Amino acid sequence: MSTVDFRAELAKAGANVDSRWSALAFFARRYPLGAIGAAIMALFVFAAIFAPLITLYDPLTTNASLSLARPSAAHWLGCDFMGRDVYSRIVYGARISLAVGIGATLLGGGIGVLIGLSSGYFGGWLDLAAQRLIDILQSLPLIVMALLMAASLGPSLHNTIIAISIALIPSSARVVRASTLSLRELQFVEAARAIGMSEVRIAVRHVLPNTLAPLIVLGTAQLGATILIEATLSFLGLGVPEPHPSWGRMLSESAAEYVRTAPWLVIFPGLAISAVVFGTNLLGDAVRDILDPRQRG
Amino acid sequence: MGSYLVRRFGLMVLTLFGISVIIFVMLRVAPGNIADILFDAAGFVDPSEKKAIMVQLGLDKPLVVQYLTWIGGLLHGDLGYSYVSDRPALAEILPRIPVTARVAGLALVFAVLIGVPLGVVSAVKQNTKLDYLLRVVSLSGLSLPAFWLGLLVLMAAVAWFGTIPIYSEAPKTFWAALGMYSIPAAVVGFRSSALMMRLTRSSMLEVMRQDYIRTARAKGASERVVNYRHALKNAVLPVITVIGLEAAFLLGGLIVTETVFNIPGVARFLIEAIRWRDYPIVQNIIMYIAIIVVLINFTVDMLYAALDPRIKYSE
Repeated sequence: MSTVDFRAELAKAGANVDSRWSALAFFARRYPLGAIGAAIMALFVFAAIFAPLITLYDPLTTNASLSLARPSAAHWLGCDFMGRDVYSRIVYGARISLAVGIGATLLGGGIGVLIGLSSGYFGGWLDLAAQRLIDILQSLPLIVMALLMAASLGPSLHNTIIAISIALIPSSARVVRASTLSLRELQFVEAARAIGMSEVRIAVRHVLPNTLAPLIVLGTAQLGATILIEATLSFLGLGVPEPHPSWGRMLSESAAEYVRTAPWLVIFPGLAISAVVFGTNLLGDAVRDILDPRQRG
Repeated sequence: MGSYLVRRFGLMVLTLFGISVIIFVMLRVAPGNIADILFDAAGFVDPSEKKAIMVQLGLDKPLVVQYLTWIGGLLHGDLGYSYVSDRPALAEILPRIPVTARVAGLALVFAVLIGVPLGVVSAVKQNTKLDYLLRVVSLSGLSLPAFWLGLLVLMAAVAWFGTIPIYSEAPKTFWAALGMYSIPAAVVGFRSSALMMRLTRSSMLEVMRQDYIRTARAKGASERVVNYRHALKNAVLPVITVIGLEAAFLLGGLIVTETVFNIPGVARFLIEAIRWRDYPIVQNIIMYIAIIVVLINFTVDMLYAALDPRIKYSE
């Protein structure tokens, strides 16, 4: 749980810590794979935010005459069965992946933090109940839990976020609970109590910030998994429904039958999913190495 | 050990009770039930007929009664009837299990045979070019969606051999079955092998930092003996845990891979049943998955307690 003093670390390693840019350059040299991951993520977020500026066509407008059009100068990645531009749909699809990825990670992580912090800090029956709840939520694999929730809530963007976030609760709850258990015995908690701070305030203001490092490590690692689960649910028709340009959904329409006739419908959306998840995984590894040196491989 | 076992067993039963309630309630609050779907398909709704179907399926009774009927039957091996086919749910689910088990088993073998040795190599050669290459490959294994990998394999088969290797009829000989299942198994196992590799690597590195490894080096043991006799032996325990868990978690990959390769296994059946709101099938398959996961967890915990004398198993 030791916090890392980046400036001191950097100075010790001989980096120029005078400017933010040189510190960034130093990290990039030290963690080249992490830098590649960060670059992929930057591109992904850029595409999601500026989608209308970097595409020529509306992702939802259909055009029968362009049905299954091959990639061309006008439509770089070709068109789908309904004549919609695949490049535009992939760029706009970044918004959905980003929304689900960040939304579900924050929502599931937030609830998990609440459960983990209160059960770890207050202990007693609260802790017992929370641990049973975590056990129960963990008795199904992530994807099956998300599937059950998605099937129950029905397909929509909001429901997909909620379904995945429920499946994500146990891991963050466990991480926060474990850190909280050791933190609450430390002297600064006792000191805060001695000056008359309320228990809830101590838990939120003093214990919680110290659990952030492992939480950030977990969150970055989970972002990729979340995006992958959204794609899987949508592929199966249980996630984000039409006409939203979800990457997973684009693949399900084009599954097997287009393998022969329109390979561009299969290749490009899958490439987008893989690249983004690969980016989050690279970034996640680097973040873990930086924030949690004990796990460093 | 005895009291630990009893306590752990009690918690296991409690967990299974909890998840059964969640499964049941989530499926009952789901929008639209089988009666609606059947009548939507018919296009004409006669309320009295609809009511008759609800009564016949037991959907008119209070939720608690429905739940108890389900659990009571489950304990006696009676899983109810499929809404869609009207056949016993057990007769629908059971024949599909061996198909999935074969693919899963092959995938697991594939994952262990490839993942563990590569993880050891990667750890022993830490920070070399080979290590970097293996790490990037394993990360990409965790990043490719299983269904996309499956589609790419289909595409390659079309391009090179002109055929699509999807399931069309039950294989007759052992070798035909092996050929049929090994491609989807490799697709599913790719991700697991990446996971195994990463885990073996970090577990090996963790062990190689320990004092007893330095001691082994200091007494003059060769690199080979240090790496394989001393380090690997101690690094293998966490890997066993994950092999156990992975057996259940393969399911995510199996669901989409069976869909892509048209394999009539239980994972694809689950998705079909969800689409049809065929509760008896869905709730029983998901409950079956939960039972497997919880049992594997229990077994792994027991193995841990038996294998690692440092783990205290009394409160």
